[in-house]
Amino acid sequence: MDELLKILQTNALESRENLARMLACPVAEINERIAGFEKDGVIRGYQAILNEDKLGLDKVTAVIEVKVTPQREGGFDTIAERISRFPEVSSAYLMSGTYDLLLFVEGRTLREVASFVSERLSPLEGILSTSTHFMLKTYKRFGVLMRQDKSDERLSVSP
Amino acid sequence: MNASPSLRDFLNTTVRDIPRSGIRDFFDIVTTMKDVISLGIGEPDFDTPWHVRESAVFALERGVTHYTSNLGYLDLRVALAKYAAKAFGAEYKPDTEVLVTVGVSEALDLALRALLNPGDEVLYHEPCYVSYRATILFAHGVPVEVPTSAENGFRLTRAMLEARTTPRTKVLMLNFPNNPTGAVMSREDLEDIAAFIRERNLIVITDDIYGELTYDQPHTSLVSLPGMRDRAILLHGFSKAWAMTGFRLGYACGPAVLIDAMMKIHQYTMLCASSLSQKAALEALTRPEVDVTQMVDEYRRRRNFIASALGDMGLQCHRPLGAFYAFPSIAGLGVTSHEFAIRLLHEERVAVVPGTAFGACGEGFVRCAYATSMDNIKEAMLRMDRFVSKLRKAQGAGAPI
Repeated sequence: MDELLKILQTNALESRENLARMLACPVAEINERIAGFEKDGVIRGYQAILNEDKLGLDKVTAVIEVKVTPQREGGFDTIAERISRFPEVSSAYLMSGTYDLLLFVEGRTLREVASFVSERLSPLEGILSTSTHFMLKTYKRFGVLMRQDKSDERLSVSP
Repeated sequence: MNASPSLRDFLNTTVRDIPRSGIRDFFDIVTTMKDVISLGIGEPDFDTPWHVRESAVFALERGVTHYTSNLGYLDLRVALAKYAAKAFGAEYKPDTEVLVTVGVSEALDLALRALLNPGDEVLYHEPCYVSYRATILFAHGVPVEVPTSAENGFRLTRAMLEARTTPRTKVLMLNFPNNPTGAVMSREDLEDIAAFIRERNLIVITDDIYGELTYDQPHTSLVSLPGMRDRAILLHGFSKAWAMTGFRLGYACGPAVLIDAMMKIHQYTMLCASSLSQKAALEALTRPEVDVTQMVDEYRRRRNFIASALGDMGLQCHRPLGAFYAFPSIAGLGVTSHEFAIRLLHEERVAVVPGTAFGACGEGFVRCAYATSMDNIKEAMLRMDRFVSKLRKAQGAGAPI
């Protein structure tokens, strides 16, 4: 993968000046390339990675396995995109294996997610079955461990 | 409790007369201070790759807690020979030409003790790793330092060696990529050295511990040059490329006669390297291209950053091409390396190591290790910039660039 993207994927807040130094190129080039990635839709957004367990939010996340009937035109894309437009759905993937779509759905309560599944999702044309699992605790998200383990065991000066 | 003067008289005179490492004294000062950003750490800040640590845990569970063969587990030696062929360009027989040791430090000690008779001279280039001189002395050799300089990127040349060679010269020690300078030697550079080695009939000990950590060109090891494998001991280990310093695992490759001699000392003094560390090392070798490449990419970004930042504060710094050290010059700031390091520590809470810790010709330089997070490097460079500006102002001589 492009080295600039690799760095941004780890820290999107890295300043343009620092990026230029790390990659040994002019700041103008960094600006231009990032603008290019944004324009081409390679970079789709910038978000903070939160440890939501620490916030004590009224929020539940469900992971839902969905079996669907692919449509004659559009295959899985039509139904997957229709499902993806619901704001409750935070992520959606097409999968290989025993089910077709994997959804991450967020709601304030278990009841709210349940009603989304039974009233919005399941009745959609082409949905064969759903299987809903509720998330209990997050250990790692987007490559970041939720537990802060910052201690440096190294000696402060060594040869 | 201090040893009484009479007890000191019992000490071996060589040991008694060797000073403690300058790094150690500096470490003692740093540990008394808070909020210090250390660019003084000569080991990776990365964690050992998880699959490697997990394999050590598994080995412990399985009860791999016994002595191993003196040479080390055979499957590990097979894997090491394969790795050495790929990474360093020389073939070794796993059963007779590879010895697993407790870090490269032990391997270096074994090699010197296996080769040296009292009075034999050993050439080594400075600035260099802090233990070289002492290890030669402990082996009853005569250390002959060959100063290198910033003008040619701290590389070693044939002329420098010729000036320091005598009829008693027996061994040449090499360490590229270099700690503390970050210098590397190209194939052409090494060819000159190899010709000299052949003419003078020397044995070489080449410490290639930083071999994986090069940023602009792949590492060339001396052992890959014609004829060199047969008169060289190659030292390498897992501390740097796999961030496994605490595992203490290194190895030596060389002609059977030399490895056998080293093995004798190892057998009687160390018996074998840790069984758990050997299992971990074997696991590390299963996917070096994944683990090592990621770290090298990150070190390269930091190298670019630190070289650019040092340049912006007007410090001359030859471009570090390998290892994880920048070695900028602080000449013209009106302080010695030691004063610079002490004052930077007290006034800005940044630890760097005075160049003199690595040999007298390190005066006028400091070692900045970039084996620390980018955030630390950024903050350290800001502080160092402030400090350098202050020194310049105090000099009242403007900014000599």
